[in-house]
Amino acid sequence: MTKDLVFITVIGKDQKGIIARISNAVFKHNINIEDLNQKIMGGYFVMTMVADMSDSGITIGDLKKELAQIETDMELKIQVQHENIFKAMHRV
Amino acid sequence: MEYSLEEVMETVRMTMYHNFDIRTVTLGINLKDCINSDLGIFKSKVYDRVTGYGKKLVLEAGKLEDKYGIPIINKRISVTPVSLITESCADNAPLELAMTLDKAARDAGIDFIGGYGALVQKGMTRADERLINSLPDVLSLTERVCAFLNVGSTISGMNMDAVIKLGIIIKDIAGRTDNGLGCTKFAVFSNAPEDNPFMAGAFHGIGEPDFSLNIGISGPGVVRSVVEKNTKCDLTGLSEVIKRTAFKITRAGELIGRELATNLNVPFGIVDISLASTTKVGDSVAGIVELMGIERMGAPGSTAALALLIDAVKKGGAMASGNVGGLSGTFIPVSEDSGMNRAVREGALSIEKLEAFTAVCSVGLDMIAIPGDTPAETISAIIADELSIGVVNGKTTGVRLIPVPGKKAGDYVNFGGLLGETYIMGISSFSSRDFILRGGRMPSPITSMRN
Repeated sequence: MTKDLVFITVIGKDQKGIIARISNAVFKHNINIEDLNQKIMGGYFVMTMVADMSDSGITIGDLKKELAQIETDMELKIQVQHENIFKAMHRV
Repeated sequence: MEYSLEEVMETVRMTMYHNFDIRTVTLGINLKDCINSDLGIFKSKVYDRVTGYGKKLVLEAGKLEDKYGIPIINKRISVTPVSLITESCADNAPLELAMTLDKAARDAGIDFIGGYGALVQKGMTRADERLINSLPDVLSLTERVCAFLNVGSTISGMNMDAVIKLGIIIKDIAGRTDNGLGCTKFAVFSNAPEDNPFMAGAFHGIGEPDFSLNIGISGPGVVRSVVEKNTKCDLTGLSEVIKRTAFKITRAGELIGRELATNLNVPFGIVDISLASTTKVGDSVAGIVELMGIERMGAPGSTAALALLIDAVKKGGAMASGNVGGLSGTFIPVSEDSGMNRAVREGALSIEKLEAFTAVCSVGLDMIAIPGDTPAETISAIIADELSIGVVNGKTTGVRLIPVPGKKAGDYVNFGGLLGETYIMGISSFSSRDFILRGGRMPSPITSMRN
């Protein structure tokens, strides 16, 4: 089955439980984590998670709403974007 | 991971911090097949088509905003020039149709609908004159209808009889609306493109198919951030980094435009790569020029800086998309760009310098507030000056002037929201009356004889 990859990008103050909460939200909707990359950049926690939504029944819009709660609770900035945008902008 | 963290973060930062957005998705709709001798049936066909496709456009654009995390600021519609489709109708048809378009746009959730206009570069038909005369009524009685007039072209020259009328009409529109606001919805052009997605001048040209989805990307904030980061490189190097950025944002625009067209089941038209300012401080084209090393927009060197900026954007954009079209220059609307506005307030920028900028960009004199008592012939003369640059140089130029009733040079005016705020620009008090009132047609330039 063709994958439907999205990039979940998280920026904010480093704190306990960021990855745990996001993984949990993603798991709940049958979204598979394909890859994960995290770094401390300029004192900020930066993470990009690549997730496959092809087995999930929800839309990117629904996922964003779900993550918005974590965004508020933990004072983070979370962005969800379909893989195609990175392909268009960074690959010729 | 197939993409490095830096690549992912570059895209994320553009949207999160540098106001990268799709400025407009504009669906061009042909209305020629709605023409009916019964005005009631005609209006109802137009209403159904515009609301049907308008609602679908808003819905599908919203889905893509979610999918790609890039805001699509405006969802708009342009239609076949209204003078054409009302030719065979009664005299009240243009205004009646404008009211229908206004209502259809409102009901579909579309903020502006363009195409209320005519192409009169060589001469006016009776229907064209009727439409021009209706502009003060239409622009004061409707909320979302945008009007345009093409009065010059490189092939035909410039219709000076229409230009005479325009001075009078623009003053009339201004007098009937608060702060002359009606004039913000009216653009006058030479060489108007038929696929321009930007308001107020968008219309669905007669060479277009039944539908065409055109997209206007934006990104002054993104370009500004790369200029800000590259303080030490020379101008060749600066051009290179701007070009790369323009390439990336155009690719994003093309992706979203094509997907939206597919989802709407309409042909994809063009990507307009113009840098389009907004009233946000970080989203100013003047701000980019100032970061390049010009103390204030309008100072000597501004034209050269603008030339470099636009050239780099075009080169990057042209490599990224095979469908670059529309205006694809750079907009420097005075009231809508906070940096332009500051330059006017501080006396750094005059209308003559803005006219000079036209040599290196397009659109020309955009969103400029002038004294309310400016004579009609002077307004016509400013239009003639600006458009003759387009006619002779084979490019699109446009004018959107607002003679603000009761205001004089240096006064402040606020148009509200995206239309911004500005100070009234001083205009030469010397008369152009006798030249303008000669009328007739300015012949097409010798450079037009290329066959």
